[in-house]
Amino acid sequence: MPRESGHDAPANVAELAKVSKTFLSSDGSEVKALQDVDLELRRHEFVSLIGPSGCGKSTILRLLAGLLMPSSGTVSIFDLPVTEPRDEIGIVFQRPTLLPWLTVLGNIVFPMRHKYGRVDARELRRARELLEMVGLAEFGDKRPNELSGGMQQRVAIARSLLHDPEILLMDEPFSALDALTRDEMSFELLRIWNERPKTVLFVTHSIQEALLLSDRIAVMSARPGRVSEVIEVPLARPRSMATLSEPVFLQLANEIRAKVFTRKPH
Amino acid sequence: MRSLKSLADRFASLLAFAGVLLLWEVACRAFKVPSFVLPAPSAIVLAAGQLGPARWAEHALATMQVALLGYLVAIAVALPLAIGITRSRMLSRTLLPWLVVIQSTPIVAIAPIIVVTMGAGLLPRVVITTLIAFFPLVISTATGLAAVPAELIELSRSLRASRSREYWQIRMPYAVPYIFSGLKVAVTLTVIGAVVAEFVAAEKGLGYLILVSTSTFKVPVAFAALILLVSGSLALYGLVSWLHKRLFPWSL
Repeated sequence: MPRESGHDAPANVAELAKVSKTFLSSDGSEVKALQDVDLELRRHEFVSLIGPSGCGKSTILRLLAGLLMPSSGTVSIFDLPVTEPRDEIGIVFQRPTLLPWLTVLGNIVFPMRHKYGRVDARELRRARELLEMVGLAEFGDKRPNELSGGMQQRVAIARSLLHDPEILLMDEPFSALDALTRDEMSFELLRIWNERPKTVLFVTHSIQEALLLSDRIAVMSARPGRVSEVIEVPLARPRSMATLSEPVFLQLANEIRAKVFTRKPH
Repeated sequence: MRSLKSLADRFASLLAFAGVLLLWEVACRAFKVPSFVLPAPSAIVLAAGQLGPARWAEHALATMQVALLGYLVAIAVALPLAIGITRSRMLSRTLLPWLVVIQSTPIVAIAPIIVVTMGAGLLPRVVITTLIAFFPLVISTATGLAAVPAELIELSRSLRASRSREYWQIRMPYAVPYIFSGLKVAVTLTVIGAVVAEFVAAEKGLGYLILVSTSTFKVPVAFAALILLVSGSLALYGLVSWLHKRLFPWSL
């Protein structure tokens, strides 16, 4: 994939170069999850990964998180190869995965307690700020099961931002939510991203979500998983409800739909 | 009418219980059933009174002591074992078959052997109780430790947290509901274990009392001991449930 030239291209925050990943399945055969994937994330850029189930989207995310190692090729963050999980990363999963025995605030500071064994006043203050930012200021002392699914996922987002990571990895974070909450959360995420610019890699099944949020969309194909195309999203920011009905939006949506489903019609 | 119905609803189980007792008493008297076949409730109460509260307390405490000691040892053995099994494939492969073998061995059959090898003191009784109680605890704890959502473990790994924090801050709390279901099963088993141990070798305890009184056809005393055993077992179960609710309300 050629780098953009012309204007001063910012340094890549993260990069996958010719990355392949093979898993050993339970019957001993090899399954090629990714083949020769090239992808770079530029500073404070919002990139979505979209593609059919089983195309290796989550594998890419876990490679960047340092939770998996590539079978070949290199994964690097700030030009250093990723050999273990790094502090620059925050992760939001498909499910909120909050700890039911902790309060909402306790869940947000949990990464610190888990990593260092203690939480200081500065981090608690920061956790409260984050809670306010995700619109749950008065819910700090509640238990996760007292919150709705969307609220729980907001808490999970706040948790991922606690250590102020440079890169935010989001693995279909809104897919377990109902459609209305989902739209609301997309705009919420855009607002948060505006307030605290991060480099975001967002895995999704939803073309609309990817278009609404992203600067670029990496379209993946399955078996073996590869990035078949990277599409620039020319929609102006800030984006709003109105963006959803812009002709460019609809045209791009159709284009991407055709690309995602060329080989596997639904 | 309505309030009468709700009252009946509320005390239905109590009324049924009283009804059964009454039927039992009446049947025993009407058919003149000998007390060594089936003693009437009144005969049981009478026999219990004759033995005296001091003797009852002595027997009951002896059984409770064995049951509780066996329970504590079972917990102390089972929790580390469960952690070991979930932490290491190797341990799981080597230990689990043995645990299943121990669990599959009829406890009543090995109890006399244990008494022969360990003597007739408190130790063999506690060992027998532990043997019967620890297996469900190991299995339910191990299941709980492994039931943690993969994402939470990934979160832990992504923070490069130590394995011990992974266990203490994520896996163990997550396993609490599982551990308590194991604890509830195990606590009723410990009473069984204590009685079995007392059947084999003891000079006091409710199991011993049942053995001795039935061998001299004092069946009413045996019934009274049985009732006390059931009450003790229920009380222990209730205590564990209460502790669960009290200490870990979020896990209900």
